This record gives sequence, C-alpha cells and structure tokens, in this order.
Amino acid sequence: MTESRDDGPVVAAKKNADAMTRATIPNAVGNSALARAVTINRPVAEIYAYFRDFSNLPSFMENVVRVTVSDDTTSHWEVKAPGGTTVEWTARLTADEPNALIAWMSEEGADVPNSGRVEFREAGARGTIVTATILYDPPAGVVGKLIAKMFQREPAIQARRDLRRFKQLMEAGEIATAAMNRKQFEEMGL
Amino acid sequence: MRALAWHGKHDVRVDTVDDPGIVNPRDCIIKVTSTAICGSDLHLYDGYIPTMKAGDILGHEFMGEVVEVGAKSTLRKGQRVVVPFTIACGSCYHCGKHQYSACDNGLPADNQDIAQELYGHPMAGLFGYSHMTGGYAGGQAEYVRVPFSDVGPIVIPDGIEDDKVLFLSDILPTGWMAAENADIEPGDTVAVWGCGPVGLFAVQSAFLMGAERVIAIDHFPRRLQLARQFGAETLNFEQTDIYDALMLMTGGIGPDAVIDSVGLESHGLYVDNVIDQVKVSTFLGTDRAHANRQAIIACRKGGRVSMPAVYGGFVDKWPLGAFMEKGLTLKTGQTHVQHYLPGLLQAILEEKIDTTFLISHRMDLEDAPLGYQKFHDEQNDYTKIVLKPGLNG
Repeated sequence: MTESRDDGPVVAAKKNADAMTRATIPNAVGNSALARAVTINRPVAEIYAYFRDFSNLPSFMENVVRVTVSDDTTSHWEVKAPGGTTVEWTARLTADEPNALIAWMSEEGADVPNSGRVEFREAGARGTIVTATILYDPPAGVVGKLIAKMFQREPAIQARRDLRRFKQLMEAGEIATAAMNRKQFEEMGL
Repeated sequence: MRALAWHGKHDVRVDTVDDPGIVNPRDCIIKVTSTAICGSDLHLYDGYIPTMKAGDILGHEFMGEVVEVGAKSTLRKGQRVVVPFTIACGSCYHCGKHQYSACDNGLPADNQDIAQELYGHPMAGLFGYSHMTGGYAGGQAEYVRVPFSDVGPIVIPDGIEDDKVLFLSDILPTGWMAAENADIEPGDTVAVWGCGPVGLFAVQSAFLMGAERVIAIDHFPRRLQLARQFGAETLNFEQTDIYDALMLMTGGIGPDAVIDSVGLESHGLYVDNVIDQVKVSTFLGTDRAHANRQAIIACRKGGRVSMPAVYGGFVDKWPLGAFMEKGLTLKTGQTHVQHYLPGLLQAILEEKIDTTFLISHRMDLEDAPLGYQKFHDEQNDYTKIVLKPGLNG
C-alpha cells in the first residue's frame, strides 16, 4: 500500500499539527503552533529590510510595546498580555538569510517560551510572500489561552492582524484606521 | 458637528458628535455639500446588516469641499470632490487590477476578521455601512474624514452643480458596472429586476452599450414610468406574471441578459419569498432572493446574469440546477467605483447620461430621519432623497 501523499503544509494538518510543525523548527521552543501567510506587493529586499530592523516591529505589531536590540543576534521583547500585564523574553536569532529567512528562539526564563521563523519569498508580479510560523507555550496553559482569546490577545489572532498591518504599512504607507480623529485614534490603539 | 446616526431598527437620529480630523497622511477632510440616502441604507434601517453599533454615522453617497489635507493627500483645500463609497488603497495587487472593491488594505486589520470568516477574504472598506465593512463614519454628516484621498475622490470642474455629479459616488457606477457585467451585445434584450436608482442607471447604461430592448420590472408605477422615459418596456409584477410575459415578449427565448438590482429585501408575495421571510425573522437565513431566482429561471440558455444587488449572507432554494443546466454566467460584486469615475464624469459633462431625473426630494440634513421614513414607506414617490446640510439655513 502506498502512503497517501499530501502537499498541504503540516501546520494545516487535521491531526498532530503542533508536533509535526515543531519538528520542522530547529531549536524548537514551545508546543503550540500557528502559521500565517500574506502576499505583499513590494520587492522582497524592502520587506526583509524593514522586518529585520526589529525596532520597527512595534509599528505594526499591536501588542509589542518595545523591542530593544542588544546586538546582532539578541533582542529583548516586551509584549502586552491580558489583564493589563506585560510579558517579556529575550530572543536569539538562530538563522538569518537576507531576503529569505529569519528564525529565532527565546532564551531561558522567557515569560512565554517561543520560537519560529519568518520566510520571505519573491513572488513575481505579486510581490513577496511572507510566511510566519510560530511555536509558543501560552501562559498558564489551556486556561491562559482561553483568557487571552477573550481579550483578543491570542497569538493566532494577533499574528493574523499584525501581518495585515505589516502589509498595509508596506503597500499603502500607512495603517488603515476608522478613527474619526486623533483623539479617537489614541483611544482605539493601533 | 451634526451627523445622522443609527440607533437601531427604524431608529436613526441627527446627533451632535465630535468633528473629524486628519489621522493618516493620505487623509483629507471634506465639508459635505450634498449626500444621498441609498436603497442599501434601507437594509441598515431595517436591521438586516449585522455588526452595526448604536451611534454609527451612516451615508456612503456624498460630495463636498476639501477643507483639510494630510501630508500625502494630492488634493487642495477648496477643491470640490465626489467621494467613492468604496475605500481602497490604490497600491495593492487588486487595486493595481482596478478591482478596487476587492482592495486588500481598505479595512482596518481588526475589522477584517468577520469578512475573512464569513466570505473567506476581507474586502474593501465602505463608508457608513457596519463594522464588518470597516466601521468608517459615513457621509450623512457635516464633515467626513476620507482615507486614501489621493486615490478615491474625483475633482469636479467649477460650474457643475452637485446634483449632476453626486451619484458618481455609488449608484451611477453601480448601474453602469451592472450593465457591463451583463456583457451586452448589439441586438440583445436585457431584463432588469428593480427600478430603484441602480436599476434605472442600468437601464440607461444597457442602451448606451447597444442593447436593442430593455425590459424593466418593478411594482411602483412612478419608478416604472422613469424606466419608460429611457426607452424601456416595463412590467409590473403585481399585475403580470413575469416569466410568462418575458417568454411571450422574447418569442420563448428569454432575455439574453438579466440584471438583479433588487437584492436581499426582495418584495412580493411568493411562496419562496414567504419561506425566506420566515427564515430571516427566525435567523435561519439572512437573505430574501425571490427576484434573483426569477431572473435565473427567465434568462435564456447560455445567457448572462449580472447581480449588482446587495446580498450579505446565505440563501436557500437558489436554482443552482437551472443555473448549471442552462449554462449561465454570473458576474457580481461591489462596484469598483474608482475605475469608472473619469469616464462617467466625462459622460455627464457631455450630457450622454442624465442623473438629476432621479431626485424626487431635497431635504436638510436635520430632516434625515424623516427622509429615511419616507424613503422606506413611500417608495413610489420618494425615488431619491438628497440631503443638504444647512439647506434650511
């Protein structure tokens, strides 16, 4: 009997998606997996360069308060969590291929242990495909994940929205908002 | 400023709210001089569109004077502009293909979730039309913040009165695209369900595109009379069996193209409609679609179905079998307004297209709640209401 062949990315598998995705990440940290892809109508070099300067990331990552770049391979992250709290970790680059790949893992002592990779692929007339694959351990396990989801800070929702904002920023030069004026904008957040 | 806000089913009020201001570099602020109530606003008024919040400012057909510009706006203060109802960035893949209503970036990121869940993909933003379409404040107000003002608004030459160009914002391009989507060939017979503004502009457009006959269907005598003014033959579905009439009028062939400009609140006492009505009121379905079913059954074999009408959710008993067996083609979608603006403005300036015939009433913005009620209850006489802030001084 031949094995059933399936070209679907493992993260979309109906069974064991988390474990199979974990197996594709070198230096894997974290047991829950998520992946999102977005196509951005700009050249790959521009997309990679903006993303690679991690201090830019809070401009479109709503819950990332600050990324402090320590040296070529380490950066410190402060991220909003449910209930007005903040979680922190130090991330270390595990791979960096210009215009192709950025991969990282969190170091010991992370509030939310995580790792992952962001791939950049040139897509001809359509621009660049950006695919983010993230592993993480939600704080306080399943219950924490549920609470985070209630407060819309669940990483899967956040990653989806952050990638949309990244696309808006790169393509349109600004992030769409329905705020009627600056005052409403400050109240609504990013 | 004063603005017309939604507070619930059949409850709209003119409230005093904060003035809008520039938020993003590509924004502009316009002072509204004319704004219309659209047939699709009645879907909001009737409570059919989900994700509305009390206090939402309505209105997506508006024009006015530029009073403030962001650093990257290409407009200048004092220019008169008509604003498309679709909010599109102009820089994504879809905008590049002039599929503006499919813009990737018109909706705020958080508001994209609902459409992504419901439709598979988020669409462009819309002014004043629920949070699913962005939660943008609309144009039935004294002032409006217009995002991506370097792409959307079209500048109107001096000396052209508002009433001639206001409908560039939505219903004229929507009627035009409806006819374009019908792929009309010279000699065609085109049947149009619904003689609201979009249907009436579709009638005009179909003739301009070479249709030999246009048959317009409605039940309001005044609206049918307007369709006749443009050369359409008319059928009143309260007096005439539509399928039988269309077959006799076309020698049994059926119309070459059918246009459904009725949409999710199709009227009439038909079995499928009554079942739909029950389902809508019990939340088993969201859309009533009798006109659409009738159009598909009447359409000739191998014909074209164009659907400018608004549908939001799911319909039952859609005649998929007839659609497949007869080999029909369906084209639809929210209007790619920005794509049509230059050509249609030119057609208005050259007086090839008349738009002012449609306006039955002009009212002060302060009287907008009365306008909604009249437009809703007296559709025969109220074909189109244009609101003008400060009309009564």
